[in-house]
Amino acid sequence: MSRLHHGRAGSEAGSGAGSRAYRLVAAGAAAAIVVSGLTAVAGPAGAAASSGVTSTSVTIGATVPLTGPASPGYDEIAPAMNAVFGWVNAHGGVHGRKIRYVYLDDGYNPSVTATETRKLVLQNGVFATVGSLGTPTQTAVQSYLNAEKVPQLFVESGCNCWSNPRDPWTTGWQPPYTVDGKLLGAYIRSHFAGEKVGYLYQDDEFGQDVVKGLDMEIPRSQVVSRQTYDVATLAGPLSNQMAALQAAGAKVVVLATVPAATALALLPAALIGYKPQFVVDAVGADPPTVGPLLSSFTRKGGGSAALATAAVGLLDGMITNAYLPPENDASDPWIQVSKKLLADYAPSVWSTYGLDGNTEYGVALAYTFVQALQAAGRNLTRQGVMAAIAHSAKQFATPGLVPLSYSSSVHFGYEGGEIVQVSASAPPIVTPTGTFPGFTVLTPVERTSPGKGPVVASKGRESKPPAKLVRTA
Amino acid sequence: MPQDLPAAARVALLRALRRFRLPRLPLVRHLLLAVAGGVLLFVITLELSPFDNYELGQIAAYAIAIAGLSLLTGVNGQISLGHGAFMAVGAYTLAELQAHQSVNFVLQLLAATAVAAAAGLVIAVPATRLQGPYLAGMTLLLALALPSLSDRYSSFFGGDQGLPATAPGAPGSLDPQRWLAWLQILAALVVLVLLANLLDSRFGRAFRAVRDDEVAAATLGIHVARTKVTAFMVSAACAGLAGALVALSTGVVSTGEFPLSLSIFLLAGMVIGGAGTLMGAWWGAIAVVYLPNQWSQSLAGAFHLGHLVSANLAVIIFGAALVLVMLLAPAGIQGALRWAAGRLAAWAVAGRGGGNVSKQERQDGHDGAVPALGDGGRPDPIRSTGGRGGA
Repeated sequence: MSRLHHGRAGSEAGSGAGSRAYRLVAAGAAAAIVVSGLTAVAGPAGAAASSGVTSTSVTIGATVPLTGPASPGYDEIAPAMNAVFGWVNAHGGVHGRKIRYVYLDDGYNPSVTATETRKLVLQNGVFATVGSLGTPTQTAVQSYLNAEKVPQLFVESGCNCWSNPRDPWTTGWQPPYTVDGKLLGAYIRSHFAGEKVGYLYQDDEFGQDVVKGLDMEIPRSQVVSRQTYDVATLAGPLSNQMAALQAAGAKVVVLATVPAATALALLPAALIGYKPQFVVDAVGADPPTVGPLLSSFTRKGGGSAALATAAVGLLDGMITNAYLPPENDASDPWIQVSKKLLADYAPSVWSTYGLDGNTEYGVALAYTFVQALQAAGRNLTRQGVMAAIAHSAKQFATPGLVPLSYSSSVHFGYEGGEIVQVSASAPPIVTPTGTFPGFTVLTPVERTSPGKGPVVASKGRESKPPAKLVRTA
Repeated sequence: MPQDLPAAARVALLRALRRFRLPRLPLVRHLLLAVAGGVLLFVITLELSPFDNYELGQIAAYAIAIAGLSLLTGVNGQISLGHGAFMAVGAYTLAELQAHQSVNFVLQLLAATAVAAAAGLVIAVPATRLQGPYLAGMTLLLALALPSLSDRYSSFFGGDQGLPATAPGAPGSLDPQRWLAWLQILAALVVLVLLANLLDSRFGRAFRAVRDDEVAAATLGIHVARTKVTAFMVSAACAGLAGALVALSTGVVSTGEFPLSLSIFLLAGMVIGGAGTLMGAWWGAIAVVYLPNQWSQSLAGAFHLGHLVSANLAVIIFGAALVLVMLLAPAGIQGALRWAAGRLAAWAVAGRGGGNVSKQERQDGHDGAVPALGDGGRPDPIRSTGGRGGA
């Protein structure tokens, strides 16, 4: 049968109809090539240095988890940042430029981050990404953004990877997790000397970096148990881990956990009557975030409403580190300013969440960026803003308890904090989601680097918001 | 209608239709169509913005995967709900190769294809014993097992973070997105020519025979199990290559890139585009790339729905589109296009009043007027090219 087909083809090869078709197609292809040659312009790769900047506006972008399992809490940060930008825009902008903040949802999925980041750079033409969230998500696009020379500013993650010479366009903002670990470890070493210590940490970069810092301060012999959990398969109480810690006799338990895991550690510990001193990394220690989780998990586990309310009391006595002023410190001028900005310029976030750890974080990060824009000057370029951060950030006025550490070689923001304790006797944190126990401050402010250096006392920070960014009553 | 057009125009149209013949030799015909398509796409890439080129390149990559799936499901009748896993195999092979060796990216892509084909072989051999829903269930297991596997062996798979995948650098001052799109389109055209030749060969006829009636095929001397395994391996290889190309686009390989929904979207895209056809793979790929992101977001934005809705809208739309397609146009978009072209040709031919047009010419008018890439435009000796969508 195939021979028949070939025969027919052979006989038609030179015939008029077949060669006419060939000629038609060949002519069409030639025409297309000529047209393409005329229109082909191999334009310069990469965006211009002033992409996203006009005389009246600057466009910045971010990818954050607005949906998905990582979104509770983290979806508050970007709208809170818009409160600061809203105030700035209402007062003429920075050097006459209004800030346009485009934030896209990546669902904490690195491959979605890759696409959305390219959309921000190639389609929206953003000047920089500011406040993108997540370690796996942002490491996925770090080399792309640096290759395209787009500033990846103030990544919302404590990974050590944001300050390295290979990626000069990336900066972190919150303290690296190792710094958290060192501060907490130094406190444990001085106040719980000789006590048995156990760790429960998330089995990824976050948890491992915190433990790295802890191990730099706490003697190895003091650590009797190290338990881990996997955030991807976190589904129920971490009862096994808490039982193992209890069996090892740990009197102090350090948690390097996300808020849900903190709740899933505190609950089973209470059930088995295990009452160690909990020392929790700041990531998973915010009472307005962990409190509702404690309540809802208790209800899901079959507890009554009264029991669920009482579960919030499990937070009492928890020790943690803080690099921003405690939310319950009503006398702190930064707290007052943050509340006013949220109420006036982000009313839906304010009415839903109030000032909790996440919204306070967003306001502080936005303050940092606005000051970077101011320091970069009227002639705004990407290199300019990077240079402004490197040279001037130490003098920025932000809510942080320590000054920013940015320099030409260091791309970390805050590298320190104070140790605080959740206490029922302290003024409570009042938010629309409920009333939660507040903090008392245990230590003066200290700072340290993620490396081997010691933990040292820090000079005071700018205690007042600067007049330019302060809202009059 | 026919009576309205002047007779001269009708005669001219008919003459053009009759004169227009694609070459009979499958290889030449496919190459010609591929070159024409390639030139068209090349011109398109020159006009598109970098982000649109990025998306076009992804469309080309997904078209490879869907074409392979189309071969497996549409032509060979085996349903696979796990092709996302084969894409992952290809992508992780590429990433691991980049991490541990430095080889030419063409070799990287070939390695990804080969490893995925091997994975396809491993799955296909037991799968030959299964049919219909049981086979679908087995392939579903594949897609479900992958995230757990990568959690268990996170040091190999790079954990949550995944592994980086670097695309080959663009020469000179060429826009990197455009360059990558060219590479991906070239790969897609090469694969489609190969698949089209395969479908026009005895393998293609064997695939269709096994799909339509295994017992009859066996009596004709076709080795059923071997045919099914071959189809599976070819489609897995296509998926592996596609996965590697997508990884080059996004720059990272992580399990988040290959969820269960990807396998479902591939299948839905194949059905929407036209199961059993190769051109249909392009329509399906367009749906798979645009629907979950741009179109869902635009739709959600148009109706002022929140982020929570738009994130899930894609699945809903795909499901609705699948139902609509099965009800209204079971042969998918490509089938509908072919039908429309066939009606156009029939109208042009019928307009002559039937007297001077012989039956042969009328049939030739059908064949010649509808150039189709792959799936063999000519009547199949065993079965007509109905393009039934398999089980």
